[in-house]
Amino acid sequence: MADAITAPDVVRAEASDSIESKLKRVPLVLNRRNFRWITDRISGVVEEPAPRWWWVTFAITSLTAAFGLFCLGYQISTGVGTWGLNHPVGWAWDITNFVFWIGIGHAGTLISAILFLLRQKWRTSINRAAEAMTLFAVICAAIFPGVHVGRVWMAWYLAPLPNNYGIWPNFRSPLLWDVFAVSTYFTVSVLFWYTGLIPDLATLRDRATSKIKKFFYGIFAVGWRGSNRHWRHYEMAYLLLAGISTPLVLSVHSVVSFDFATSILPTWHTTIFPPYFVAGAIFGGFAMVLTLLIPARAIYKLQDIITIQHIDKMAKIILLTGSFVAYAYAMEFFVAWYSGNHYERFAFANRVLGPYWWYWWVGMLFCNCLSPQLFWFRWCRRNIYVVYFVSMCVNAGMWFERFIIIVGGLHRDFLPSSWGMFYPTWVDIWTFIGTFGIFTSLFLLFIRYLPMIAMSEVKIVLPEADPHFQSAEQHHPVAAGGKERT
Amino acid sequence: MKTPSGHDVYGIGAEYPTAGALYEAAKRVRDAGFKRWDVHSPFPIHGMDDAMGLGKSWLSAPVLAGGVTGLLTAAVLEFGPSSILYPLIVHGKPRNFWTVPAFFPIMFELTVLFSAFSAFFAVLIMNGLPRWNHPVFNWDRFTRATNDGFFLIIEARDPRFTEVEARQLLEESGGQHITLIHED
Repeated sequence: MADAITAPDVVRAEASDSIESKLKRVPLVLNRRNFRWITDRISGVVEEPAPRWWWVTFAITSLTAAFGLFCLGYQISTGVGTWGLNHPVGWAWDITNFVFWIGIGHAGTLISAILFLLRQKWRTSINRAAEAMTLFAVICAAIFPGVHVGRVWMAWYLAPLPNNYGIWPNFRSPLLWDVFAVSTYFTVSVLFWYTGLIPDLATLRDRATSKIKKFFYGIFAVGWRGSNRHWRHYEMAYLLLAGISTPLVLSVHSVVSFDFATSILPTWHTTIFPPYFVAGAIFGGFAMVLTLLIPARAIYKLQDIITIQHIDKMAKIILLTGSFVAYAYAMEFFVAWYSGNHYERFAFANRVLGPYWWYWWVGMLFCNCLSPQLFWFRWCRRNIYVVYFVSMCVNAGMWFERFIIIVGGLHRDFLPSSWGMFYPTWVDIWTFIGTFGIFTSLFLLFIRYLPMIAMSEVKIVLPEADPHFQSAEQHHPVAAGGKERT
Repeated sequence: MKTPSGHDVYGIGAEYPTAGALYEAAKRVRDAGFKRWDVHSPFPIHGMDDAMGLGKSWLSAPVLAGGVTGLLTAAVLEFGPSSILYPLIVHGKPRNFWTVPAFFPIMFELTVLFSAFSAFFAVLIMNGLPRWNHPVFNWDRFTRATNDGFFLIIEARDPRFTEVEARQLLEESGGQHITLIHED
């Protein structure tokens, strides 16, 4: 493994002038790494002892998670009044955090399902970690609607069961659709993720040195042996899971947006919400993928697998979805003006100039609309620091956006006599910070115990995985003396 | 048939240096008329199903059945209580035929949920997984099948199987490390 650890010498060469070299696709795995290198490097992350930074970070994040859980326990035992909710602001940080986390999950499913159907081979380097991120984000999201009902022991009312009067839940209600959408989303994401993991768990099983590891990886690898008679059904299952996850992911945030759009509140009651929410979810989710993968790729020296080309492509998706979101924001203002509706016009003027004005200027305008526009420039898309800065802006901006939609919509009621403001309590704040602790702790455990990159899928994108592959020169412009742009 | 050490023979295996070599070898074994044999690789090889003479996977059939079951389950779950057991009027809103689309989201979600479960369980059942062990793991080189090794194994159960013929075929197709794999 010693030679595999050497720092990747990424070739940064000028583009050659010949048309042929310009049309050549840049390889997805750099420096002509072979199958064994991929196995060694990715399994090595799991097999080597945990580095010191991992323990330090995990200690901090798990303490944060524990304090978040304490806040939840305090809120459940004392009552929902420990949060700053009031009239008219009956939904605040809880539902903001719910929409924020569930939205983050969407990038994982977009990468694993939609990009798979679109045959975007670059997804193979990032899909495993992004799907794991999806699961952990949905776990964080699921906490809030469960707890914000106040009496958590009554949360079974969400289930399609008759209560003690024989009354069933209202199946025509978007809130019930949401229960089905989110629970289906989580279950299908787990199944899809685990199906993808099976061949890689078999790799870890075959490399395991201790009996305990061999036993546990062996159990979860279900006896996988790379048989082509198995791959045949496996690939079909993967394709079908991708096919059914694609409309699923689009449906989940659409249904979340129905929670708002079917109400009569100005700024909520709009038909633009489903596409606007889905675009925002993917936008925020890709920012979180970059937030997690940029450090992971540097720490574990994965730059040959998660190349600068991958970051460039993710930045382009952020630019695209960020522009959708900016368009949706602009369209909301236009429609508010064009509708001539007094309350709509007031609500949108209040968004920009009201008591929460800076949330809009900083969160929605600067973070969500302006900062991604840097990605029009190739230099910005390929500069790790710029990409990291923008993804941090988007992470924050998407939280602000949900806060503005929810609290901004509620705090100015139709009657000025019922106007109010929302002030978070320490329980509000620490519950939210606690979910970050839960999220990062789970992600740290994931990179410790499971292969964070889909080895069997990355191997497929190597040229020599093609049975008709002839020679290195034919496929590798660098090997043939050509120049490679990275 | 026994191995030199006295075990029952599961089959004979060969290792190939590249995915391309395995692909060509699979075509030869297919044309030689073998039926009980398999190739093992760390990733699915494009075109290998044809090279082995396998058709398209029929996994979509159980997934369709699962999806239809999910759709019907949702229909029963929604129309049962809402139209028969305890019809509710909420907020004075209508509950006539034109409100049926309000039932579609849950129908969609359960269709997806049941399809996903059937895809997951169908792929396991159709592949005979999970299982604790398999004779191919008795071959010490075989751990590379999940790393960078390409293997072809012909089972002794195949009606055309004779050790001499199978070994010759694997040798001619460029197989290396040809080994008799024992059953237990």
